Amino acid sequence: MSGTAHPGLNLGASDARAHERSETPVFGFWVFLMSDLIIFGILFAHYIVMTDARAFGPGPAQLFDLKSVAAQTSLLLASSYTYGMASLAMKHRERIRPVALWLIVTAILGATFPGLELRDFANMIAEGGVPQRSGYLSALWALVGLHGLHVAVGLVWIAVMLALLAVRGLSNRTKTRLLLLGLYWHFLDLIWIGILSIVYLGGLA
Amino acid sequence: MARQATDPIFGRLDWSVTPFDDFLAAPSIDEAVASAAAAAVPLGALAVIAVLTWKGLWGALWRDWLTTADHKRIGIMYIVLAGVMMLRAVAEGFVMRAHQVTALDGGVLSSEHFAQLFSTHGTIMIFFVATPLVTGLMNFAVPLQIGARDVAFPVLNQVSLALTASGAGLVMISLVIGQFGTGGWTMYPPYTSATFSPGPGVDYWVWAIGISGIGSTLAGLNIAVTIYKNRAPGMRFLRMPMFTWTALCTSIMMIYAFPALTVATAMMALDRTLGFHFFTNDLGGNMMQYANIFWMFGHPEVYIVVLPAYGVFSEVSSTFSAKRLYGYNSLVIATMAIAVISFTVWLHHFFTMGQGARVNAAFGIATMIIAVPTGVKVYDWMATMFRGRVRLSVPIIYLVGFFFLFVFGGLTGVVLANPTIDYQIHNSQFLVGHFHNVLIPGVIFGVLAGIHYWFPKAFGFRLHERTARVGACLWFAGFVFAFLPLYWLGLMGMPRRSATYDNPAFEPVMWVTAGGAAIVVAALGVTVWNFYASTRDRAALACPVGDPWDGRSLEWSVPAPPPAYNFYALPQVKSLDPWTIEKAEGAPYQPADAYEDIEMPRPTSLGVVIGGAAFAMGFAVTWWVWWLAGVSLAVIAGAVIARAFVQDTTRTIPAREVEAAHQKVLQQARQIRAVDRDDEIAPANLGHAAPEVPA
Amino acid sequence: MTDARAEMRRYAIGAILSAVLTLAAFWVVLADGVARGTALWIVGAAGVAQIAVQLRCFLHIGSASKREDLHLILFSALLAGLMIGGTIWIMTSLHGRMH
Ligand code: HEM
Ligand SMILES: [Cu+2]
Repeated sequence: MSGTAHPGLNLGASDARAHERSETPVFGFWVFLMSDLIIFGILFAHYIVMTDARAFGPGPAQLFDLKSVAAQTSLLLASSYTYGMASLAMKHRERIRPVALWLIVTAILGATFPGLELRDFANMIAEGGVPQRSGYLSALWALVGLHGLHVAVGLVWIAVMLALLAVRGLSNRTKTRLLLLGLYWHFLDLIWIGILSIVYLGGLA
Repeated sequence: MARQATDPIFGRLDWSVTPFDDFLAAPSIDEAVASAAAAAVPLGALAVIAVLTWKGLWGALWRDWLTTADHKRIGIMYIVLAGVMMLRAVAEGFVMRAHQVTALDGGVLSSEHFAQLFSTHGTIMIFFVATPLVTGLMNFAVPLQIGARDVAFPVLNQVSLALTASGAGLVMISLVIGQFGTGGWTMYPPYTSATFSPGPGVDYWVWAIGISGIGSTLAGLNIAVTIYKNRAPGMRFLRMPMFTWTALCTSIMMIYAFPALTVATAMMALDRTLGFHFFTNDLGGNMMQYANIFWMFGHPEVYIVVLPAYGVFSEVSSTFSAKRLYGYNSLVIATMAIAVISFTVWLHHFFTMGQGARVNAAFGIATMIIAVPTGVKVYDWMATMFRGRVRLSVPIIYLVGFFFLFVFGGLTGVVLANPTIDYQIHNSQFLVGHFHNVLIPGVIFGVLAGIHYWFPKAFGFRLHERTARVGACLWFAGFVFAFLPLYWLGLMGMPRRSATYDNPAFEPVMWVTAGGAAIVVAALGVTVWNFYASTRDRAALACPVGDPWDGRSLEWSVPAPPPAYNFYALPQVKSLDPWTIEKAEGAPYQPADAYEDIEMPRPTSLGVVIGGAAFAMGFAVTWWVWWLAGVSLAVIAGAVIARAFVQDTTRTIPAREVEAAHQKVLQQARQIRAVDRDDEIAPANLGHAAPEVPA
Repeated sequence: MTDARAEMRRYAIGAILSAVLTLAAFWVVLADGVARGTALWIVGAAGVAQIAVQLRCFLHIGSASKREDLHLILFSALLAGLMIGGTIWIMTSLHGRMH
């Protein structure tokens, strides 16, 4: 069963107890993510409710740059995929180097994302699209900004994991943590799909 | 309006922010009350520091309490924190009532001060009394009830407590430095926006609630995961004690409801501090959204605090009637139904906001439906007691009080659930009557019953029964006089949050409610006194064997206080009420077949560090001391990251040691005479129960 | 290493399906002649489908996963749905009566 229960954790063969132990943090972290989902859910609802609260300020047509959004989407999707490769490397190869390499690739893709996002934000500000401008813009900044903040935290987390790999190697605890980080990283992509569909594409349709 | 000047180092802090200088500048009763309250905080803190130093208890406090990851101690600390906060909040309630006696066309307190009183009173009661009380009880009892050694994430548990405490600290310090907001416990904008409430008061609320709310989310997560993952072998879901069931549902609700509060407070903070327009009344802001988001949390919150009380009542009704809980399955279903339906009724808190009749009708009907499962429960508890051999112990007195009063409060809730009626009586004293009527006989009575029930388990001695009975009866009487008259006042048209009124007919009623409030103060005094008196007389009240009430669930099978790891060997559960079955089969207190090494978390200062930094951050943002806010945030992040690198987070207790400890306890149990229920409150009750025949 | 191969394929399928669904969503918005209502529905459907794909292929939720995870996600979706749906319903009703 170990193969399917946890993507990317292969403690079952070597250490059944450690595998069982990782169940609790994994489940706990899922619960945490679901709690986080409610936060995003409410911000989505707020955004939808406030779509027309523009107070004659700029709206989606003036603010959004679909090319950049498409690039950000690809980056996140690609990084989700590369994180999956890191998980598989951890599970099947049991060596630090491939895991670390995939993590670094993920981090590079991941770091480009907020880079582009910051550029978008700067453009929005140039268009007068600051959050203080209208109820709509406040909602937009809160939703997209919170996602960006999550990505930034994820990047720090990847850096910490690289350090942990260097200091502690692929210990059971490190593996479990990598697993949690994986859940987090994939989850952020799910939220992004929501933002892409509702904010960007929905706004421009 | 002009922004206040902000100093780079001290932000908006200066010497004019304490209430004392207002008092010195213009002495009045109003300012005297404010100054006395402000003085009480540092004096109280100093007194505690002095006692700790004098008794040389700092080391023990640090080692055994502040850095512990033991769920029992964390639970106790939650309850102590809530108790301290309750002293303040009850005092405020009494001061408000005393003021209202004089408030016909005036009153001794300024309306500003009165507004601060009901705002802090409500905020404290909900977030720093009711919530930590039930969190504490769950923390203490749940792992013991399900046969676990600790919660799923012991260190996170410590952090949750620390976050709650730092929120409480922010509310406390607002008495001395600056003042609290005046927008009620709900702090509705636009009144609480930067435009209309520019001072630090609302920010104190925002950060106190925001920080402690995150603590509560994490606490809920911890308890839910504990129940999912840490049950003893054989402890199936339908064998769990009822309190654990309610804890499960409550903690799940915490996971989903508190995020709404986090969002609401965060948005409010962005509005106030960075000039966003979520809830402002210009540039497209929408204050209605605040009410909507706040109550998506707020309504589930009332069930979050009351469900564990229901759980306590389930436990005590069956224990003190020496009968199996009646309708176990129906209670489980009712609890789950309440948990889900309570996420579908939030709009009843703002029927009058202006949405259409259809919306109001739907939420009104949902609200009425939620009363049904509670009704089921009340019948179940009564049926449990019916033909039982009921002992009129303290928890049962609270339960009986609950039957009379809570049902009444629930019925007034059904009245309010009808939107057409709500249009007439919303925001009146009728509402104040209603929510105190469910919160006090529901939550407070339930928690007091639970505290009296589990106290001997936690500390190894019982509370004086007679004093506690006096306390319970005073709570009942005080409640009746202090709150039932409010229904009448409300129907006569007296609004809530009235610092003054002009109808002379209200005045005599205010006297009655103030008298009732005085009785409640006395009840609280007796209850607190009893903790002291019982501790003093603990030798005569000792019950080291740990089963003073002839209990039914696993927590009563271990000594009192239990060892840090709770169980010498994990129990094997075969049915509901396992401990009763074991006693009935004549085989309690047996050595285990095998013992194993036990791994327990080591103490850590992570909670203190994070809690302290969170407090500093909240304080810093409230006063615009940006450098401190940044430093605190960095400390929190650094602590979390550093923790990831710590090895040796657990210590192992060898099996031999566990076995020796167990032998000692078993020997003690064999030597101590088993007493039957007639001697339950006699000194002979050393916690070894002669079992009644289980019904 | 067939196990590894199969898992590798799963990630690849997930990534490709996600990319296709994303492209479809972009396409209906950018193409001329698709009515706004239709476009919104298609974008929404593609989004939901993509979330399902990623849950299945990246997060390994599904029939073979632990039931608990699946129940948790469904329950969370229910509550999030109640909150989002309720908010939109309430605020639209309010909005409609504020003129
Ligand atoms: C024990 C004695 C208590 C007394 C004497 C008391 C008294 C009061 C008074 C006078 C008010 C102001 C009513 C008004 O708006 O006109 C009030 C409000 C309130 N009380 Fe109590 N109370 C008590 C206990 C509690 C408890 C145990 C809770 C909750 C667990 C509680 C929760 C609240 C809340 C939420 C408010 C509303 C505050 C607001 O308007 O924002 N009270 N109480
Ligand atoms: Cu409600």
